[in-house]
Amino acid sequence: MMQSNTAAATPPNVAYNEMQDGRGQTRQHYRQLQDWLSEMPNERLTQKRDDADTLFRRMGITFAVYGENAGAERLIPFDIVPRIITAVEWRRLSRGLTQRVNALNSFLSDIYHEQEILKAGRIPAEHVLCNVQYRPEMQDIEVPGDVYAHIAGVDVVRADEGEFFVLEDNLRVPSGVSYMLEDRNVMMRLFPELFARYAVEPIEHYPDILLDNLRSVAPAEVLEPTVVLLTPGAYNSAYFEHAFLAQQMGIELVEGKDLMVRDGFVFMLTTRGPQPVHVIYRRIDDDFLDPLAFRQDSALGVPGLLAAYRAGHVTIANAIGTGVADDKSIYPYVPEMIRFYLDEEPILNNVPTRILRNPDDLAYTLEHLSELVVKEVHGAGGYGMLIGPKASKEQLERFREQIKANPGRYIAQPTLALSTCPTFVDEGIAPRHVDLRPFVLSGSDVHIVPGGLTRVALREGSLVVNSSQGGGTKDTWVLET
Amino acid sequence: MLSRTADHLYWMSRYTERAENLARMLQVDTHWALLPREVGELDRSWEATLSMVGQLDTYRERYGEISADQVIRFLAFDEDNPASIVSNLNMARENARAVRGTLTFDQWEIINSTWLELKLRSFDHLQGDALTGFFEWVKLRSHLSRGATIGTMMRDEGFDFKRIGTFLERADNTARILDVQFRMLAPDGVTSSNEADYYRYRALLESVSAYEIYRKVYRDRITPARIAELMILRADMPRSLHRCAEGLVQHLQAVANDQSGETLRQVGELHASMHYTRIDLILEDGLHAFLRDFLDRINGLGRRIAQDFLVSVTA
Repeated sequence: MMQSNTAAATPPNVAYNEMQDGRGQTRQHYRQLQDWLSEMPNERLTQKRDDADTLFRRMGITFAVYGENAGAERLIPFDIVPRIITAVEWRRLSRGLTQRVNALNSFLSDIYHEQEILKAGRIPAEHVLCNVQYRPEMQDIEVPGDVYAHIAGVDVVRADEGEFFVLEDNLRVPSGVSYMLEDRNVMMRLFPELFARYAVEPIEHYPDILLDNLRSVAPAEVLEPTVVLLTPGAYNSAYFEHAFLAQQMGIELVEGKDLMVRDGFVFMLTTRGPQPVHVIYRRIDDDFLDPLAFRQDSALGVPGLLAAYRAGHVTIANAIGTGVADDKSIYPYVPEMIRFYLDEEPILNNVPTRILRNPDDLAYTLEHLSELVVKEVHGAGGYGMLIGPKASKEQLERFREQIKANPGRYIAQPTLALSTCPTFVDEGIAPRHVDLRPFVLSGSDVHIVPGGLTRVALREGSLVVNSSQGGGTKDTWVLET
Repeated sequence: MLSRTADHLYWMSRYTERAENLARMLQVDTHWALLPREVGELDRSWEATLSMVGQLDTYRERYGEISADQVIRFLAFDEDNPASIVSNLNMARENARAVRGTLTFDQWEIINSTWLELKLRSFDHLQGDALTGFFEWVKLRSHLSRGATIGTMMRDEGFDFKRIGTFLERADNTARILDVQFRMLAPDGVTSSNEADYYRYRALLESVSAYEIYRKVYRDRITPARIAELMILRADMPRSLHRCAEGLVQHLQAVANDQSGETLRQVGELHASMHYTRIDLILEDGLHAFLRDFLDRINGLGRRIAQDFLVSVTA
């Protein structure tokens, strides 16, 4: 679940500490929390953490683990110390996210229509058109509201003096929002007194906004659209989230076998016969959506779905082919998209990225390998990645050979010092590195509930926040003032 | 409602009910095992329970001799035995997990915590009284699960399919319990009974939570004919065949669709046959024949319900 990589490495002592400033003073917005923490003995915190685990387990908030012990269900570790973001910081971040996702949607629309940005030479055409994530099936298809990425889970980190950097845009089937919601739910159950000390922006209405958003992009002629959530099934690692969101929105959670296409329209099979479906919030990758159009061996999809979609009889969210915009080889061009489509300067930073198919970038990277983070263009989950400063000589050499053999598969970035937040670990409260995934909803409007999912690397010094590699989550508080 | 969702809800109820009834049977068996009895008689009661859940041949193949410990291990705790209590509870949870978005929070939490607690229990930890405690626990978890359904679930189709699953499974299980126990207790029909049998009839009543009700209804000594009447014909007896048929009629009517006419007719007919008969007429033709016929009709209904509602309707 929650696939994405997180850069990178520098010694933790230069990382931006979100609670304390450079002189060791607690920042204003963390003071109340600091007081509260100092009143709490460690045993009490341990007790509360155990209570949280019990709650998560009882609610069945688990994720399935692939490979090891098939069918096993694990908890993602939950850290009981919330992360706090000020209203000022959030305003800037949310404006930046809105700007970025607007530009990405414009890019997708352009790429699948006139391709002005390629004609203008702002992005090399072959980067886009030869990308496996580019779907020729989408060329010149009209989608409702011209929206492609209805749900984006943008990975953001804070580095340097706390500035926001976007690491990844995640425009396909981003997950994690159920953890954002349940983390808050559990925090409110366990620490109601803390919420009395802070005015925290609510996030619980996310499912309502999501449903409105999905209904707003139904095919135009449908007055009362039926929305469904399409899941690969109970054995998918994010199944809990699929079931949770469907329930919170009050819509049917369907599998491919529950849907059929007849005369170009989509129906779900019910106890009272077939019923029409107008919007599919899919949590299945493009490749598996329709065995007639994409992978023939897919048992998860719906035969004929692409044809119904192309005919405009059903909306698929996110649209097919959004992967071309969040690909790591396209990522370096997002600031250029913002300038090109919106005529604005980017509010959020991009991590300076070298594309190793360019000979200059390749040469630089090979020379500075031990300082850089190298990522596979199509890698996910923190695998297939080299963290130069932390790698052994052998690892560096092995990667060097791999890069030389196939430079087009890699990008390189400087190591970022991810910011740290206070975290409850074995030795007490200690700083640990975090990232943030806010969820950006685009329909007739753009909505972002204040906050997002904070992932935390629980091991000291670790910068890898992926749940598959020992990461945990935290509740994320955006303050109202 | 999605056919698949209805199917999962229906099976979630069936497996829960099945686990409960198996626990009830095993509780009676372990209780009886403590009573004085002739050699061989004990084996017959374990055999009866094994055959009731269709596992006698499998058991014989795997273990040969009947032994109380082995039978209990096999029927209660063996995850490789699809008919065991543990397997039934696992399946109930699997079905619940597949449609957890349709369940209320209480329903899910109960079935999930049952499953979590189940992992902490095994035969090796449970001897003597603790074993009885385990069967009680299974029964209580089933009560809780059903209580959460009745107390928290919206009265929509999902509720109807859950109740259909419960009543269909309960009708089947009660009929099987009666058939097996009466054949053992009164092989010549339900005419004879002696003092020694008293405890066994009482245990039979207790196994279906009917002992107090019997006392209240008849205020008289326990006779096999009255037990049969109570468990088959009393519509106010929650586990009786009559009550199950009534429940099936009610909830199948609520979900009726274009193709379920014949199913409704059959269940109506079954219900009427409970409503308009007398126990002496049933006993005249033979209880065994009556119960076999009843079980056939319940199985037939199960097949029809699957066809009409639960497999994807593409017509």
